[in-house]
Amino acid sequence: MISRLDHQILWIFAGLLGLLLVASIAGFILLRTARSEGAKATVKNLNARIIAWWKMSGIFLLTLLMGPHGSIVLFALISFLALREYMTLIRTTRADHNTLFWSFFVITPLQYWLLYISWYGFFVTLIPVYAFLFIPLRLVLEGETAGFLDRAARIHWGLMISVYCISYAPALLILHIPGYHQDAKLLLFLVIVVQLSDVFQYVWGKLLGKRKIAPHVSPNKTWEGFIGGILTATAIGGSLWWMTPFSRLQALGMSLLLTLLGFAGGLTMSAIKRDRSVKDFGSMIEGHGGILDRMDSVCFSAPIFFHLTRFFFER
Amino acid sequence: MIRDWVAGLIAAFARGLTGATAQWVDCPPMAGQRVYFANHTSHLDFVVLWSVLPQEIRSLVRPVAAKDYWASGVRKHLAVNVFHAVLIERRHQAAAKLDAQHDPDAHGAEQDQPAEQKPGEHSLIEHAMDDLLNALGDKNSLIIFPEGTRGTGELPGPFKSGIYHLWRHRPDVEFVPVYLANLNRVLPKGEFLPVPIISRVTFGPPLKLEPHENKKSFVGKAYQAVCSLREI
Repeated sequence: MISRLDHQILWIFAGLLGLLLVASIAGFILLRTARSEGAKATVKNLNARIIAWWKMSGIFLLTLLMGPHGSIVLFALISFLALREYMTLIRTTRADHNTLFWSFFVITPLQYWLLYISWYGFFVTLIPVYAFLFIPLRLVLEGETAGFLDRAARIHWGLMISVYCISYAPALLILHIPGYHQDAKLLLFLVIVVQLSDVFQYVWGKLLGKRKIAPHVSPNKTWEGFIGGILTATAIGGSLWWMTPFSRLQALGMSLLLTLLGFAGGLTMSAIKRDRSVKDFGSMIEGHGGILDRMDSVCFSAPIFFHLTRFFFER
Repeated sequence: MIRDWVAGLIAAFARGLTGATAQWVDCPPMAGQRVYFANHTSHLDFVVLWSVLPQEIRSLVRPVAAKDYWASGVRKHLAVNVFHAVLIERRHQAAAKLDAQHDPDAHGAEQDQPAEQKPGEHSLIEHAMDDLLNALGDKNSLIIFPEGTRGTGELPGPFKSGIYHLWRHRPDVEFVPVYLANLNRVLPKGEFLPVPIISRVTFGPPLKLEPHENKKSFVGKAYQAVCSLREI
């Protein structure tokens, strides 16, 4: 609904559009100037990423305009696809089949339906409490005990990361903060800061990156990328304080925390990929890998952002 | 055409559910007549294989399935009218019954095993081969599952020799190995509800064969060709 648009959101949209245009022009110029084969491959991947960013921003902003229900449906779909990438990658066995069916077609939709009807108490407990107990029980009913604890833990961990943690992003829409008309601006703030942190870690890493920060877990991450990305995204987040219920200093602190959590998410999810010896979780997003490769930083930052905001600012 | 519509809808659903993508390894997607032969682990196998083919050639590619599973009701309608499936008799009435007890809904191209042939079986095999050759005609391609029945593991079970006899009759046709990954996780044998695990369809280079290849070496090459696509 266009009537939902206040001038602050228009400014954000204009800013994102400008950023994408600048990135696209830079990508175009780099394509003309790249000489060596290695540089050409990097620029090609960069341009694929930029095109994917246009599409992702378009989809995200369009669903945002449709109101809270649009975003809830979008994130439900993202969780479903993320869970699918996760379950495909880990080892599941024949005896897990029915439990997986429950995870995909009952627990995941239920989690988002609870958001849809704003049932907060059930939303926060469905997966950590009820699914936590239900999954091992459903596995027991199959009568297969080999690797039992492993299988139960893997399935539950997948639900926690891909469904529970991601669902905290649209959950921001049901927060009521006195004196603040949020109109999805909290969700926008979270996604902008966390994703820009990823983008600038990549950009600074490509420009200056030398010292590896975690060579065994994530060989492409460097100290230069880490520091540059965190600082840049924190500064941008701090400068967006006017769209949040936070003061300037609070917005800066929140942004720093979000970027650090995002980094932690990327690192943790990389460990899973290395364990299964793959580079990416999937191939759905050109240049980026899978949905889970794009959402790993949101998985870690969204729940903490939600609870901090709720604890200190709601009521 | 309603048929194309239904077929397109089923193909889109199968691709959506299984997230299946095609990988063509040294094998151009568009070509003349082919026999696609694949490992067999799920009822979804031929639908998914068929759905990742380029749309232009789908109507010319006919899956081969066992008559006892696909011969009635909605299944038959789908198999015959939508997918143009070639339904063939299993190798022996009794053997089929035994199979049915063991695996009530097994399907796939059950082919002959001359070493175990019993009297009366021969004509049945000839009959099935005639059906296959007719279906192939001069412009169609076939999808066959040389194991004859669905397996449970990542590696296919031993291939039956029907694929060899088919080649003897039609050496001009390309034999393309296909590996179907993860479909046994989407809809395993004996399950009714599917789970949306991402699957992959890998097409390998057509078999390179000597003019006088014997049965053992042909079947061995075909088997190896499918298995070698597992790691790609």
